[in-house]
Amino acid sequence: MSHALKRPDFDVIASWMKAGETVLDLGCGEGELLQLLAARGVRGWGIELDPGLMLAAVENGVNVIQSDLDAGLAGFEENAFDHVVLSRTLQTVRHTQQILAEMLRVGREAVVSFPNFAFWKNRMAVLNGHMPVSDDLPYQWYDTPNVRFFTMLDFEGLCEGMGVDIRDRQVLDERGAIVTEEHNFLGSLAVYRIGRGN
Amino acid sequence: MSERSSIGPVEALRLAFTEPIALAAGVSLPTWELAYETYGTLNAARSNAVLICHALSGHHHVAGYYADEPKNLGWWDNLIGPGKPLDTNRFFVVGVNNLGGCHGSTGPCSNHPGTGQPWGADFPVVTVNDWVKAQARLADVLGIDAWAAVVGGSLGGMQALQWTIDLPERVRHALVIAAAPRLTAENIAFNDVARQAILTDPEFHDGHFYRHGVRPTRGLRLARMLGHITYLSDDQMAEKFGRKRRPEAGHFGYGVEFEIESYLHYQGDKFAGYFDANTYLLMTRALDYFDPAETHGGDLAAALAAARAKFLVVAFSTDWRFSPARSREIVNALLKNKHAVSYAEITSPHGHDAFLMDDAHYHAVLAAYLRNVQI
Repeated sequence: MSHALKRPDFDVIASWMKAGETVLDLGCGEGELLQLLAARGVRGWGIELDPGLMLAAVENGVNVIQSDLDAGLAGFEENAFDHVVLSRTLQTVRHTQQILAEMLRVGREAVVSFPNFAFWKNRMAVLNGHMPVSDDLPYQWYDTPNVRFFTMLDFEGLCEGMGVDIRDRQVLDERGAIVTEEHNFLGSLAVYRIGRGN
Repeated sequence: MSERSSIGPVEALRLAFTEPIALAAGVSLPTWELAYETYGTLNAARSNAVLICHALSGHHHVAGYYADEPKNLGWWDNLIGPGKPLDTNRFFVVGVNNLGGCHGSTGPCSNHPGTGQPWGADFPVVTVNDWVKAQARLADVLGIDAWAAVVGGSLGGMQALQWTIDLPERVRHALVIAAAPRLTAENIAFNDVARQAILTDPEFHDGHFYRHGVRPTRGLRLARMLGHITYLSDDQMAEKFGRKRRPEAGHFGYGVEFEIESYLHYQGDKFAGYFDANTYLLMTRALDYFDPAETHGGDLAAALAAARAKFLVVAFSTDWRFSPARSREIVNALLKNKHAVSYAEITSPHGHDAFLMDDAHYHAVLAAYLRNVQI
């Protein structure tokens, strides 16, 4: 599985990281984000369970640890990384709060990107009687790996409830352009930079 | 990529060292020899050399075959050769028989220079550190300042790990396969039973059986049978042998009745026919003693802090001798140091022996990693 299109959220994620920093990319796939970050001087490691994707990441010359995210990040020390990234994957993880807490234990801060189920076209799809299918939600209901369906407002509510500090947010439309208003309505993909609250 | 083929006929070489080597046991070998083989060509920059470290019963004949023994294939021939994952069109590969071995390097069955008789039990116990030291002396002679990679499975993987700790400037990549950072009590227990089988064989003669013209084959056979059980997985044994009986087998007796018995007896006999009992004792002891964290208060990450290599760690799902969890200990210690590391956990039915098998995904991971090794 490879992404035909450039991942616009990667540019947002990369803009939040500086050369010399370290990053752990959860569900790194073929390692494209880590390659992009390596070119900018960020040192990265990925976690990927799928053998084919893990092999592709090795081919791409990135550090990749074959491991199951559902087993948590137990082997990692506190504050081991400057950043822990979970891109377009939070909606596939069953234990949402646990993974967020683990990311903020292992990382100084975390970056999370996810498809916004409240994007207007998704709302339209449901109004028309169907589950949404789009570039950011490319699966049919019967074959989707997604197990959690939530919106930007829902995510921000969870962060507040968990005492998680939202430090930055970028919202993208279907074409990857930055959304500047009515985020929860016009945004197809949301990218958050979060940290441990005080 | 070029077509996969055999490296073809190869030659065993032997190098005599006249500078003494000081061993961890506190003794020094004044003169000693290493048997080795090389495949491919060392490039002008001497930057494409790969060292293969062998496991318990391995040796320097890693790939290819001998012209007069076309069926005697190297033990990792499926991995090494032109167009193979460890591509000899690109890399200069060195296989070596470790000190204390019984395939040509100085060991218990070599003659003691003072007496002209085999060393036998008087040969010092050697450690993984000693092997690294001896392998480095071979590298000196071959003109290799730094290995592009040191590669090993099982006890060989432990040597690759030790290289990165003892001589960090001389190894750029370490491929640590089906290994562990130290043996558990259970691992040592298996080794002890194997050793007891040899030590209590009446023909062992306190390790000086050579002068009696006998060999403790019964003990060696039992040791190998026990070892073999730990190399396979329960699933694989069930599938391969299950409760199948030999067609000619009797019943209500103690002869070879089940297929698994026949298989183990065959493996034991074959091994006892050529392997040296003192080398077996020594190799298992080297395994027991291996513990790079020991001198760092048990902290493996502290032991690996000095490493400069990049790592590929590989484990196999059904390996219970050195399970994936043991490899993860290595990975976690490397991550704690922010070392470059990738880890593959290969799904395989073949237990510990999987590292020797020609598994497409396993070999693809090794090939992909090695392609990114700069030379």
